[in-house]
Amino acid sequence: MHKPKFQKRSLFMIAYVVFALLPIYWMVNMSFKTNNEILAGFSLFPQHFTWDNYKTILTDPAWYSGYINSLIYVGINTVISLIVALPAAYAFSRYSFLGDKHVFFWLLTNRMTPPAVFLLPFFQLYTSVGLMDTHIAVALVHLLFNVPLAVWILEGFMSGIPREIDETAYIDGYSFPRFFVQIFLPLIKAGVGVAAFFCFMFSWVELLLARTLTSVNAKPIAATMTRTVSASGMDWATLAAAGVLTIVPGAIVIWFVRNYIAKGFAMGRV
Amino acid sequence: MSTTTKPINQKAWFLILPMLICVAFSAVLPLMVVVNYSVQDIISPERRVFVGTEWFAAIMRDEELHGALWRQITYSFAVLAVELPLGILLALAMPAQGWKSSAALVIVSLSLLIPWNVVGTIWQIFGRTDIGLMGAALLGMGIDFSYTGNPVHAWLTVLLMDVWHWTPLVALLGYAGLRSIPDAYYQAASIDGASKWDVFRYVQLPKMRGVLMIAVLLRFMDSFMIYTEPFVLTGGGPGNSTTFLSQFLTQKAVGQFDLGPAAAFSLIYFLIILLMCFILYNWMQRVGTQEKEGGGHA
Repeated sequence: MHKPKFQKRSLFMIAYVVFALLPIYWMVNMSFKTNNEILAGFSLFPQHFTWDNYKTILTDPAWYSGYINSLIYVGINTVISLIVALPAAYAFSRYSFLGDKHVFFWLLTNRMTPPAVFLLPFFQLYTSVGLMDTHIAVALVHLLFNVPLAVWILEGFMSGIPREIDETAYIDGYSFPRFFVQIFLPLIKAGVGVAAFFCFMFSWVELLLARTLTSVNAKPIAATMTRTVSASGMDWATLAAAGVLTIVPGAIVIWFVRNYIAKGFAMGRV
Repeated sequence: MSTTTKPINQKAWFLILPMLICVAFSAVLPLMVVVNYSVQDIISPERRVFVGTEWFAAIMRDEELHGALWRQITYSFAVLAVELPLGILLALAMPAQGWKSSAALVIVSLSLLIPWNVVGTIWQIFGRTDIGLMGAALLGMGIDFSYTGNPVHAWLTVLLMDVWHWTPLVALLGYAGLRSIPDAYYQAASIDGASKWDVFRYVQLPKMRGVLMIAVLLRFMDSFMIYTEPFVLTGGGPGNSTTFLSQFLTQKAVGQFDLGPAAAFSLIYFLIILLMCFILYNWMQRVGTQEKEGGGHA
C-alpha cells in the first residue's frame, strides 16, 4: 500500500526539481560561454567552454568587493535581528500584556511597507547622521523587514513548545536567562535556524534600499551587477557568472540550516 | 498568536523593548517623514506649501492608479492560488530523511537566494525565443511566444517567474511545520485507521497552520509590493499590462519627482496592504480556532 504513494510523490518531486533547476542551469550554461556564443545562437551546452567570466569577477576588485560588502551587512543584520527578536518572540508566545496584540500587528505592518515608500526618508536620515555608504546603515535599514519576520517565525516555533517546560524549569530553580539559554534555546534550534536563514535571505536579495544607501565603500553585489546593463550592449556572460556566484553563499547557509530544519523539534522527549 | 489563555505579565514589555527601539528607528521615523511630505507641496527644499488633503484627493481620482490596483489584486490572488497548494504538495513530497532530504532542501531553496534583479534577468533570457530555453521550446511547439509583445504572455511569464521564485518559501515553511509532528501522532492515526486524506486534514494541516499563515501573509505582502522582477523582465509592458503598484509609485516618486503625490500615494498603498492583511490575518485566526474546537482529536 505504501509503495505506489511513494512513487507518485517521488515523481512530483523530480518534476519540481527539474522545473526549479532549468532556469538556473540555463544561467550556469551561459556563464561558461562567451558573449559572442550566447548571441550567436541556441545551444544546450557551451561549445567553447571558458572560465574567463569567473576569472573576471574573482580578480577584479570592483566585482569581488561587492560580495564582501554584501556578506558583511547581511551578517550584521542577521545577528542583530536574532538578538532583539528572541526575547520579544518569547514575550509574545508566553505572556499577555497590555497592547500585545496591537504591537504584534504593528510589527507585521512594517513587514508590509513597500521599501519604495521609505527610500527618500532613509536617504535623508542616514545622510544627516553621517552613516551613508557604511555597512551598518544597510544592516539597520534591513531590520525594518527582518526583525518582524524573525519575531513572527520564532513566535510560531516557541508556541509549539509546551509551557509546562518553562514552569518545570523555574520550579527546578533556573533563572530566566539560564533557562532561556540552556533549556529553551536548544528546543527551538530549528526555529532559530529557519529565522536566521530567512533574515539572511531577505537581506541578501534586497536591492532597492541597499543600492540607495551605498555608493562605493559598501556597495552590494546586486548593485554591482546592474552596471553590466549599462555597459556596451549587454554583458550576458559576466552577468550570468556573477549571478551563479550570488547563489553560492546562500547555498552554504542553507546547507548548515538544513540540519536544524530536518531534526525538527525535540518535543515529547523532554 | 495562540488563543489559549496566557499569564498576564506586564514585565514582558522589557523583553520586547530592544526590538521596539530597533524597529521604531527604522520604521516610525521614516513614516513620519512620509506623512509630512504628503500634506505639502514641495517646490524646493526651502519652499514648501501646506496643501492639506489635496494630493490624496487627486490620487484617489487617478484612473491609472485604479488600473494598476486591479491588476495588482488579480495578480496577488493568482499568486496565492497557485503557490499555496503547490507549496503544500511540495512540502509533503519532500523526503523526510537522509541525503535525499538534504539535497531536496538545498535545491528547493536555491531560487530564494538569487537577488531579485538576477531573477528577472534569468527569466528574461530563459523566455527569449532566440537564446532562451523556454522561449525556444514554446516556439518549437508552435506557440508564437513573446513576453514583450503579447500582454497575456507577459502576464503569464511574470506569474510563472513568481511561482518559480517563491513557491519554495511556502514549501520550506510547510516542511518545517511537518517535521514538528511527533511520530506518535501518525501511529495514533494509523491505529484509528485514518486514511491519507484524514491524516492530512486532521494531523498535518492543523500542525502546519501556524507556518502556513506566515506563508500566506508573506506571499500576499511580497507579491503586493513586487517591483524588481517585472521591472527587469517586462518593464511594466507591453502597454501597462504588467505595471503593478510599486512600479507606478516609483514612476511617480523617482521618474517625475512628485514628492507630495508620491507620499500621499505611498500612504494609500500602505493602508490598502494593511487592510487586506488585517482581514486575511483575522480570517485565518478564526478558521484556526474553529478547527481546533471542531476537529480536536488525532
